[in-house]
Amino acid sequence: MAETGAVDFQSNVVRALADRQLRGNLKKAMGSLSLKRKAVFSDPEEFEHLRRVGNAIRRRSLSKLPVLLEQLEKNCTANGIQVHWAETTADANQIFLDIIKGHDASRVIKGKSMVSEEMHLNHFLEDHSIEALETDLGEYIIQLDHETPSHIIVPAIHKNKDQIAHLFHEKIPNTPYTEVVEELNAIARKTLRQKFFAGEIGVSGVNFAVAETGTLCLVENEGNGRMCTTVPPVHIAVMGLEKVVEHLSDVPPLLRLLTGSATGQVITTYFNMITSPRKAGEKDGPKEVHLVILDNGRSKILADPQLRETLQCIRCGACLNHCPVYTRLGGHAYGYVYPGPIGSILTPQMEGLHKAGAMASASSLCGACEEVCPVKIPFTSLLRILRDESYAEGDSPHDVDGHGYKRHFTESLAWKGWAVMNTNPTLNHLSTKMLGMVGAFLPKAGPLKHWTQVRTTPKFAKQSLHALAKARGLDDE
Amino acid sequence: MPNRPDKVYFFGTCLIDMCYPQAGLAGIELLEREGIKVIFPQAQSCCGQPAHNSGFPAEAKAVARQQLKSFKQDYPIVVPSGSCAGMLKHHYPAMFAGEPEADEVRRFSSRVLELSEFLVRVLDVKLRDRGQPIKVTWHSSCHATREMGVIGDSKALLKQLDNVELVELQSERECCGFGGTFSIKQPAISAAMVSDKITDIQQTGATRVLSGDCGCLLNIGGALEYQKIPITTQHIAEFILERING
Repeated sequence: MAETGAVDFQSNVVRALADRQLRGNLKKAMGSLSLKRKAVFSDPEEFEHLRRVGNAIRRRSLSKLPVLLEQLEKNCTANGIQVHWAETTADANQIFLDIIKGHDASRVIKGKSMVSEEMHLNHFLEDHSIEALETDLGEYIIQLDHETPSHIIVPAIHKNKDQIAHLFHEKIPNTPYTEVVEELNAIARKTLRQKFFAGEIGVSGVNFAVAETGTLCLVENEGNGRMCTTVPPVHIAVMGLEKVVEHLSDVPPLLRLLTGSATGQVITTYFNMITSPRKAGEKDGPKEVHLVILDNGRSKILADPQLRETLQCIRCGACLNHCPVYTRLGGHAYGYVYPGPIGSILTPQMEGLHKAGAMASASSLCGACEEVCPVKIPFTSLLRILRDESYAEGDSPHDVDGHGYKRHFTESLAWKGWAVMNTNPTLNHLSTKMLGMVGAFLPKAGPLKHWTQVRTTPKFAKQSLHALAKARGLDDE
Repeated sequence: MPNRPDKVYFFGTCLIDMCYPQAGLAGIELLEREGIKVIFPQAQSCCGQPAHNSGFPAEAKAVARQQLKSFKQDYPIVVPSGSCAGMLKHHYPAMFAGEPEADEVRRFSSRVLELSEFLVRVLDVKLRDRGQPIKVTWHSSCHATREMGVIGDSKALLKQLDNVELVELQSERECCGFGGTFSIKQPAISAAMVSDKITDIQQTGATRVLSGDCGCLLNIGGALEYQKIPITTQHIAEFILERING
């Protein structure tokens, strides 16, 4: 899939839509997440106020990102956190490998991190004979089944209870079959508990990194994040470079927006703030804390004053839960790490339009994502820019990789013709009249071929509104 | 309530022009009944949204300029579509930001009102239902909902009709899968969306689906007809006119 660089989005779509089980699972799960979110943000005025604040914080952070990143590095270093910079995912993987090898370690326990998915870290470590075990329940489930996350917050959302029951029974030794959720949880807990104590390196993501204090914030519900960041002697945190905020006081509003939008919680069960490794005299905590800051195309996105808004994202997943396309396809069909609306604006910029441009077309521009986004990312405007870029010739104000990949003589000509028809009233009247006469006999080819697969041919009127208005004697100006 | 104008422009939309002229005419009649003089510039065409959404901004702009030219006078521009109204009102200013026409475009956009919005908020129309009892359902178009915020106005009009029972859809605010060129660029996804919408429509027991946007009606109506389901679709203006005429 993503690794080969060639994702056949259309085939994935057909396969996903044919999977009744998947659609059922998604519908149920997404409906429940949406309802929970709605209950937390029940006052539209309060929500609008909150997200205006969230938007302002994220914009301010991005507007001074280079300075904030330097400040973060300085303060983390002063706190005893070792900071590493990675331009590419390969660089980031190498940094991980060097740290792990430096400790002669071979057992890594991981908390949830989408950036580590972006790096395909588990595969990389496996290739170097290092075991990387996912400890987030959802991630653990899909790792057992050799899958990738299908959602950025609830990675196993495509699976239902029965599927998980079968998986545990088959893949975890000596596990009797059970469909009782509490028992399934207990099985995972017991299995993981042993692994936590055997882990030599703990890995986590970062939800917010606070520049002024050098603090790494980690939001979670299961306590596995706290285990990964406190039990092993070494903790490696990894973040995309956009995750930095300026002040500690920027965190509470973002946290409220994140938990409310992601899982419909006012606050999560765990909220970790990591500011240093274990200090002399302290009884627990890792002896070493590393922070890996990954670019992977982000600084290029930052350089574009419009597309930069993509980086406001706090990875809550609300856009996925409310997207009529994502809720029908699930995440795997997109073929890349980040699915749904956020994936559709982020991935084409990271991977290039020539590879992931189809994602930008997988939206009816309904705006449901924009309506729920806690930091007001203008999804539909960004999708339009990416569509413009897909066809752009030469002088474009943007510079997305794969620029102009979709340019096609016939399609360009068709739009030029459309513009002529719609700027010349005589031609416009004539063409509408013609459609009224021959519309019903049009061959089901081109666009009509797709349209008529599930719909009847549009009925073109014998007399246009222009003609009827004229006949009615309406003034022209 | 804004001042009641004597004259308004009517922007018919290209889809109504080609496929639903009766809906456009009904909109015009609803305005005329209130004593408003309706002006229909013959040079108008399409708002430009198809190209704007499909990666052809230069073509969208050229067509937008044609509308700017066609609606010169300082009259309100009434639009029987939330989607086209959203394009004229919210997208034009962004498209022309920083260009010589920017001020002219802002003035143009500030005059745009969706039909239900105009009937309710400006004219405060009073409707008397003369029709037989009927059970209908309503589909909220994405742009009427999220760009124009006029669904409340459309429903307020329907509520005035005594013999009309409105059964709401579970997925009222969810996209029907039309999305203009989306329906032909991603036909499989669009088909799945419209199919779910139809299932929802069927569970209401309504015999007619109403909406304020003909794009959605073309999609939903075409799919209903393809599946030979005896539920009809109708633009709200045409429905209201039919009800008050009895």
